[in-house]
Amino acid sequence: MEVFERDKKYNEYLQSKIPKTKPWPSLFHAFWIGGLICLVGECIKDVLMYFFPEMSATDAGIWESVILIAIASILTGFGLYDRLGAYAGAGSIIPITGFSNSITSPALEFKREGVIFGLCAKMFTIAGPVIVSGLVACVLCGIIYLIF
Amino acid sequence: MFDILMYLKVFLVGGFICMIGQILIITTKMTSARILVTFLLLGVFLEAIKVFEPLKEFAGSGVTVPIMGFGYSLAKGAIEGAETGGILGVLQGGLTATAAGITVAVVIAFIVSLFCSSKTKK
Repeated sequence: MEVFERDKKYNEYLQSKIPKTKPWPSLFHAFWIGGLICLVGECIKDVLMYFFPEMSATDAGIWESVILIAIASILTGFGLYDRLGAYAGAGSIIPITGFSNSITSPALEFKREGVIFGLCAKMFTIAGPVIVSGLVACVLCGIIYLIF
Repeated sequence: MFDILMYLKVFLVGGFICMIGQILIITTKMTSARILVTFLLLGVFLEAIKVFEPLKEFAGSGVTVPIMGFGYSLAKGAIEGAETGGILGVLQGGLTATAAGITVAVVIAFIVSLFCSSKTKK
């Protein structure tokens, strides 16, 4: 009984400490930051294709994601991307910059546990599931195309 | 080339996708890894049923910058591989199409985390 009381008190305390995100404003924040990141990507692609007219659209698309990934990683290093994440929620997670952040962030966090088992291993705590599920799905998809 | 209407579509579609993600976070309390995986698989699925290509024609970076675009590239690579190189093509295709992105993400993350240290979260 006492344990139950204590747990209840603890959970109440916990609930009061968890930062509350108001649903409606957070939707708007996610919308405009997410849209803005996509817009920046489109601008990078257009500028690249303007300065390098011989570049194919596919290559420009690859450069676009490479540049976005690099920018997000460096911003994470300076601690700026996490502030953006606190404001925008999914708006900063879903664009490819969020994928980059999810690799750099644990790498920074676990650097103190050493380079091999800290930095290099923990780098994939979030990116690992993403890459694994993506590869499994795309191989399945390719095999289905091969059969039909 | 620099087309205002296209930019508007990119902004609106990209924002809309992120808003769906935010709705998922609020209603189901999913963690960011689950959100990323869900949208990635959605991208693979949309490409597999040939819906992604017209979406990309319509909104450009609005659908390729969200992680769905990563799934799209994976699936597109695998499908192209299936058409040209059989089983081996399927196995190589996905990663070939996304190799630049993954490599840059890992290499830059390594360099950045060597030079910066973790900021305490407030």
